[in-house]
Amino acid sequence: MSESIEQTQTHSSRYVDASLVRTKFADTIEEIIEAIGEITLVVKREGLVELMTFLRDEPSLKFNYLSDIGGVDLGEFAEPRFAVAYQLYSLEHNHRLRVKVFLSEDDANLPTMWNVWKASNWLEREIYDMFGVNFEGHPDQRRILMPADYEGHPLRKDFPMKGY
Amino acid sequence: MQARELVVPATSTISPLSMLRKSDPLTDTRMTVSMGPQHPSTHGVLRLELVLDGETVVKAIPDIGYLHTGMEKTMEKEKWQQVVTITCRMDYLNSMGNDLGYCLAVEKLMGVEVPERAKVVRVLLTELNRIASHLVWFGTHAMDIGAMTAFFYAFTHREKILDLFECATGARFHQSYFVIGGARWDVPDNFIPLCQEFLDGFPSLLAEAKKLVTGNKIFQTRTKGVGYISKEDALDWALSGPTIRGSGVNWDIRKTEPYSGYETYDFDVPVYDGGDVWSRYLVRMDEFHESWKICCQALERLRTIGGSVKSDHPKLKLPERDLMKQHIDVMIHHFLLASEGFTVPVGEVYQSIESARGEIAYYIVSDGSERPYRVRVRTPSYVNLAALPAMVEGSLIADVVAVIGSIDIVLGDVDR
Repeated sequence: MSESIEQTQTHSSRYVDASLVRTKFADTIEEIIEAIGEITLVVKREGLVELMTFLRDEPSLKFNYLSDIGGVDLGEFAEPRFAVAYQLYSLEHNHRLRVKVFLSEDDANLPTMWNVWKASNWLEREIYDMFGVNFEGHPDQRRILMPADYEGHPLRKDFPMKGY
Repeated sequence: MQARELVVPATSTISPLSMLRKSDPLTDTRMTVSMGPQHPSTHGVLRLELVLDGETVVKAIPDIGYLHTGMEKTMEKEKWQQVVTITCRMDYLNSMGNDLGYCLAVEKLMGVEVPERAKVVRVLLTELNRIASHLVWFGTHAMDIGAMTAFFYAFTHREKILDLFECATGARFHQSYFVIGGARWDVPDNFIPLCQEFLDGFPSLLAEAKKLVTGNKIFQTRTKGVGYISKEDALDWALSGPTIRGSGVNWDIRKTEPYSGYETYDFDVPVYDGGDVWSRYLVRMDEFHESWKICCQALERLRTIGGSVKSDHPKLKLPERDLMKQHIDVMIHHFLLASEGFTVPVGEVYQSIESARGEIAYYIVSDGSERPYRVRVRTPSYVNLAALPAMVEGSLIADVVAVIGSIDIVLGDVDR
């Protein structure tokens, strides 16, 4: 996978050079995927906050804008079951990066990004609401779109379309 | 499928109100007021729990979800081409932009390039929609603050844009006009003179509107220095669109990551660094003019650039009638496209565009079937609204209304 990053640099300047983080966070980063001009870092949950803080503060990367956090349920019987994708953007360098974490159903916990980007507050609440992923250290983890006493997580694949 | 037992953690049942209530009601001077969801100036069904000390807002807790209809879930069961009928219903004031974002994302995943004329039609209608959306904001924002007349001016002219949409697409509101691979059909012949007529008359409306509201002393006093958010906080909260440009951040996706040929149009990005309601007002008022400039250029191109508005990609274009009568395989292809739809390669894509409210982005995961596996929509109103407490806490309760108007939320966009 490591060769693909250098290739990306030649045909697209919008996507970032990930070699900087590859050596520094060798234990956290599992894989670097490049597809249709977009770069995805597949990472482990351990060391995620340190990696994100580095991505935000490193002058040559400067991902100062958390564009989105999206959750994906890979299916009832899939292992790992959930994927959470952080879409980062740098206004200074005008480049994007996707950081993806896979979680198993039994241990669907992630550290909160509240101390890195404040925008993560509602985005994480939505994932908690829709998928039941728990964000450790979140300042106000409540349901956001569904009522507070609602049971179930609607965007899980085993949640029926008509509701319970 | 059998319902599975799901455990909701106990924290979700704690009401924020009970957390804030002090033990002794005699010494506690604070009062909690529920603003909305039927309050006329919350632009839909937004509810705010305001903790007040006198007239000062100590804490504001937005409560959303009243309009949640599970659109992301519904999209998973629709075919790729049918999803545009849902996307335009999210942010119903900027439906063209929503459709465009989705179509661009799927086209990127499929590697399809749309024809030049389709790009021009897309830019023209999206910019007209931006003007229409900003007109609604202009009318309601001024009305919230107390200037009633501006509303009638704005809606008279918005009506003309909706007439243009009806002429081009057959629908005034939920057009679903853009499809994957271009536009549903070409604009009719009488669209161009009608559009020209509107664009000719628009600058005079703008001058009138500016005279009516911009120079108004009361409006200025109500908005200057109100709802302040600094440049650093705006970035931290991931604000986008006119809301972040009112805090001095020069960022417009049409310029930084151009799509649909925006890089070939001549327009400026208005930026004001006041960070208050007044600055955000000025940004949008200038955007009227910039969108009008783009519309004029696009209309000129529409006159000269011919060709089809739909891509020739075999998955996206239905076969010709005559060929169907001659070849059985063409007939089968037509039947399968119409009944089963088409498949999209396995992969994931993140495509963002500049809507009237900010960055609307689609994160689409495809498993190679004829339906999207997951469509995640990053809507600008949702992310912008999250920063509302940061803007209103410490200010007066009357200013809350002005701030809500200045971030221009659409609750359909927030709740989806």
